[in-house]
Amino acid sequence: MSWIGRSLPRLEDPSLLMGRGRYVADLARGAASVKFVRSPVAAGRILSIDVPDGELVFTAADLDGVKPICPILHRPDYIAVEQPILAKDRVMFCGQALAVVVAEDQGLAEDLAEEVYADIDAEDAIVDMEAALAEGAVAVHAHAPGNVLVEGVLRSPGLDAAFADAAEIVTLDLRSGRQSAMPLEGRGGVAQYDRISGRVTLYASVQMPHMLRTGLADVLQIPEADLRVVAPDVGGGFGQKMSLFPEYVALVWLARKLERDVAWIEDRRENFLASSHSRDQSFHVRGAFAKDGTLLGIDADLKSNVGAFSCYPVTCGVEPLMALAELPGPYKVPEYGVRSRGVTTNTGMMAPYRGVSRPMLTLTMERMMDVAARRLGIDPIEIRRRNLIDSFPHRSPTGLVYDEGSYKEAMDRAVAAIDLTGFRARQKEARAAGRYLGIGFSVFSERTGYGTPAYAARGMNIVPGYEIVSCAMDPSGFVEARIGSSPHGQGLKTALAQLIADELGVEPGKIKVFSGDTDATPYGWGTFASRSMVIAGGACKLAAGKVATRLRSVAAVMMQASEDHIVLEDGLARVTGTNQSLPIPEVARAAYHQSHRFPQSGPGLIENATYDPGGTFSNACHACIVEVDIETGGVKIERFIVAEDAGLLINPMIVDGQIHGGVAQGIANALFEELIYDETGNLLTVSLADYLPPTMAEVPTIEIEHLETVSDATITKAKGVGEGGAIGAPAAIINAMVDALSPFGIEIVRMPATPQYIRKLIREAERDAHG
Amino acid sequence: MANKHVITLIVNGKDYTLSVEARRTLADALRDDCGLTGTHLGCEHGVCGACTVLVDDKPVRSCLMFAVQAEGCSVRTVEGLAKGDALHLLQKAFWENHGLQCGFCTPGFLMLAAGALEADPDLSEEEIRDILSSNLCRCTGYQNIIKSVCLAANEMRACPPSADR
Amino acid sequence: MKPASFDYIRPGSRAEILAALAAHGDDGKILAGGQSLVAAMNFRLARPEVLIDINGTKDLDYLQPSGDSLAIGALTRHAAFHKPVVDGPLGPLLAKVVRNIAHYPIRQRGTFTGSLAHADPASEWCLVATTLDAEMLIVNAEGERRCRAGDFFKGTFTTAVGAQDLLAEVRLPLLDDGWRSGFYEFSRRAGDFALAMSLAALKLENGRITEARLGVGGVADRAIRLHALENELAGKAPSRELFEDVAASAKAAIKPSEDIHASADYRRDLIRTVVLRALTEAAA
Repeated sequence: MSWIGRSLPRLEDPSLLMGRGRYVADLARGAASVKFVRSPVAAGRILSIDVPDGELVFTAADLDGVKPICPILHRPDYIAVEQPILAKDRVMFCGQALAVVVAEDQGLAEDLAEEVYADIDAEDAIVDMEAALAEGAVAVHAHAPGNVLVEGVLRSPGLDAAFADAAEIVTLDLRSGRQSAMPLEGRGGVAQYDRISGRVTLYASVQMPHMLRTGLADVLQIPEADLRVVAPDVGGGFGQKMSLFPEYVALVWLARKLERDVAWIEDRRENFLASSHSRDQSFHVRGAFAKDGTLLGIDADLKSNVGAFSCYPVTCGVEPLMALAELPGPYKVPEYGVRSRGVTTNTGMMAPYRGVSRPMLTLTMERMMDVAARRLGIDPIEIRRRNLIDSFPHRSPTGLVYDEGSYKEAMDRAVAAIDLTGFRARQKEARAAGRYLGIGFSVFSERTGYGTPAYAARGMNIVPGYEIVSCAMDPSGFVEARIGSSPHGQGLKTALAQLIADELGVEPGKIKVFSGDTDATPYGWGTFASRSMVIAGGACKLAAGKVATRLRSVAAVMMQASEDHIVLEDGLARVTGTNQSLPIPEVARAAYHQSHRFPQSGPGLIENATYDPGGTFSNACHACIVEVDIETGGVKIERFIVAEDAGLLINPMIVDGQIHGGVAQGIANALFEELIYDETGNLLTVSLADYLPPTMAEVPTIEIEHLETVSDATITKAKGVGEGGAIGAPAAIINAMVDALSPFGIEIVRMPATPQYIRKLIREAERDAHG
Repeated sequence: MANKHVITLIVNGKDYTLSVEARRTLADALRDDCGLTGTHLGCEHGVCGACTVLVDDKPVRSCLMFAVQAEGCSVRTVEGLAKGDALHLLQKAFWENHGLQCGFCTPGFLMLAAGALEADPDLSEEEIRDILSSNLCRCTGYQNIIKSVCLAANEMRACPPSADR
Repeated sequence: MKPASFDYIRPGSRAEILAALAAHGDDGKILAGGQSLVAAMNFRLARPEVLIDINGTKDLDYLQPSGDSLAIGALTRHAAFHKPVVDGPLGPLLAKVVRNIAHYPIRQRGTFTGSLAHADPASEWCLVATTLDAEMLIVNAEGERRCRAGDFFKGTFTTAVGAQDLLAEVRLPLLDDGWRSGFYEFSRRAGDFALAMSLAALKLENGRITEARLGVGGVADRAIRLHALENELAGKAPSRELFEDVAASAKAAIKPSEDIHASADYRRDLIRTVVLRALTEAAA
């Protein structure tokens, strides 16, 4: 009996459901409270900072020997920038930490923070990319005139010819507003100082605990061994909890300086102001098409606003370079030209958020297909069919190798599920009655589970990718798997337990997966980039397989059978073809306590394994039906279908949950959420009354169809699925809205497509029609 | 510093006598003074609903109420929902239907649903959906939350609240 | 996000509330439902020195139809209106409106009267009070006075309630059976502040509008009652054309406020739409 493929209720849940989860704020009791004093202005020179006497208040001047955060990319077009832990001399964005205060509780810390006064000579801030790139613009970082921190350029030789030969050239100018991943639990840390060892344990709500420890040790110039980082239960991350933030450096520094426990629990306002942002992008893209709809080439100028600093460890290259590498997506693009820039401004730092660039890339290609189809008089599904990749392995113009997928099949499944023909008839009737329904599709690839080769190709100084798993069956027959990945709500421990259970023939309830503690797990990279099921899963499968080999070897001796005849299932080691068996715990105990009997396998049942795959591509087609209220500009999503291919499903219920959540964030991206700065660089959206994550009322039922293409790209046959929902949904929604509004001939060119924006487009279209 | 108030909160049927500043919210008092950290803080301005608890059986935002205001009230938190290790029907439904991922919003959703269904066991799916739109979840897309609550509501109707509370 | 320190008083009677207001009014603030106030205090945007918590005075929580009006006490929660509270058209009207006020848990604490005293321009109850010409009873240690909604709201977060005053009761006129109402609100998400909303009440006799009430909220520093358009409606038979004209006039008559969610142009569009939809629903 296999555990793989079963919708097993999660092992993580009972404690979380009973309020016994342990999130970082739950560990703050007894610790002193830390509050950061933040800059009220976006740019300026710090003249002085007045601090109250006799209180625990620290500024940059106090941070002796603490280095700035400075991530590196080995690319000639990358300019490294230093991020100080507390602002020194200059402030670079509104919300940057100027000072840190410590008091006995949070209320008192906030009282104390109000007594710190910074005299800042405010200067004009560079807020948007156009201003940053304007001729003669002030340099945000003095050593980066022109304000471009990273710039990638590619141009295939035949590009000009492709455009010269084109029957139709489609030009798109698309814009995505700035967003926050906005995990429901903000950032936070509790740094505990051990007076005996001098060691600090930092409990922090993070996705990459090992990386954080390395970064902290480097910046603080202390041995990594003096630091333990623990990610306890983490209340969502979505990329925002990957980076090394100055706050964590300050926290560890304070614990060591004051020799006491200190806690910083970010509040929501601070999370909007000072945690990382993403998706502030502006794309100018031209597509050359032949008369039959064949895409001949893409020429793209892509700009990403990376804010004031570069995020550690992935750097500010993460959005621009992802955009450069993956714009072609699931389509055959014979000729490709691209210039992709990361532009620095006096705004919050950009860092990964579920999907990284691909929501915009997918919007670009999917608008491209719809517009080209309309202009060339080809059905939108047909033009996609003509251009989707269909032979594997496929090599993209940027050198990415796509394993087997089901790009056309997924689209066909979505088209059938949403009843395109039936919809067109209904749409016509609705229009006659003054109602504007529309349908939209979005086909995309999701590159997942990529190891070191992919990151090395980006020129990263720190090259993530592999995972090491340590797997042991203890003498009682329970299994302990120690992983470097660090899940934050995905249910990874359950899915890994299912994989291990199949290898070892024990039930998942007997498998304990340990993560997130640098003292208890092997060095690893954490959970991000739709990687953990593929990579930590692969390493678990390998490590558990090695433990199984040991178990079989021991059992063979115990039952005087050949190792090849031992199978592990249902908690037993059985000799095939006989009724001879031993309970696995009995074998395990013997492996530890009677090891003299098993000289060939040696003592114990402990194994390590490493997995570092090249990567695999999941794929999907999203389809949705919307109704636009043309008088208010409001949109209602009537149906939303996802035809998803994530390879073999380990736990289908968890996979569906990932898709649901991703789509909800895609809906947010398309329609609701935007961080808005005013022209001085002051953030206007610092509460949930202004920044608008969708509620249950705005998220429709999401219908999912699974395809399960099995490729050899991963040893578990599973592909990653964490980001796809967020990647595909925006394009499907925007395409559906454009379809709904086709009587007005409107082109939607920005996300979120808010009601006021839609009304503006309709108003302008009506004005043009009358004038 | 402002005077402290000595108050008694009745939380999950147990008395807690606390000395708190007036500015201490009910949420902070539950978490920091009573040690009941199952009630979470996600926004501290009443929008996200992670801190939803029952005060005299009504779901309220514990971040928008001061602890001193809850003196003498009956407060119920997620820690009081299960009977020992026997999960409440709502908890069971969330578990079986993957109604949670990171779990941070879950206590708020559980208490909101518990309060609403105790007040009116016959809520329709549409009414439940409207009520649950009070709280934010960032992981699940809500789909399995509404599913879990509707299934639990059916079971709670079949098995009246007095029997499982 | 913890509030600044304050002193806390919990009077046990109306007289004690008024005494506390007399003693601390200039530094003090009434705490009723607290659903706007405490959020503002957590952001430290509001920092009262003294909070006078009226939640201990249970006899302020009442709903009383008397004569031609419905009296609403200072502690009556929004949730009390979930089901119709009086016979006749007013009860269902209030039940319809209350569903748009924030969310279910907020409605368990927040109070009707507190909403009026807070005077958020996007408050549904402020629109109801303005459109139906509510009568406010304001009391202090010196005595009491009554004023009409038209004189009560002075602007964003500003009313006729002084520092030492308690808005003790609000009276809404009971509507007789000839009245029908329509309410339409547009907001970004369920429970969000209205970007625009309209309340219309029409008295219909023999297929004609004999009397009309029409108000718009969420579009300026206070709710606006459109007297001139009420007159235009009176005496006419309801029709799509009539309502279109009135909606267009409403759009032209109001100079809307602007914020990040709605430009002035957009709000003008919304004014037309919400008025048209509220009128259409009322006449349906």
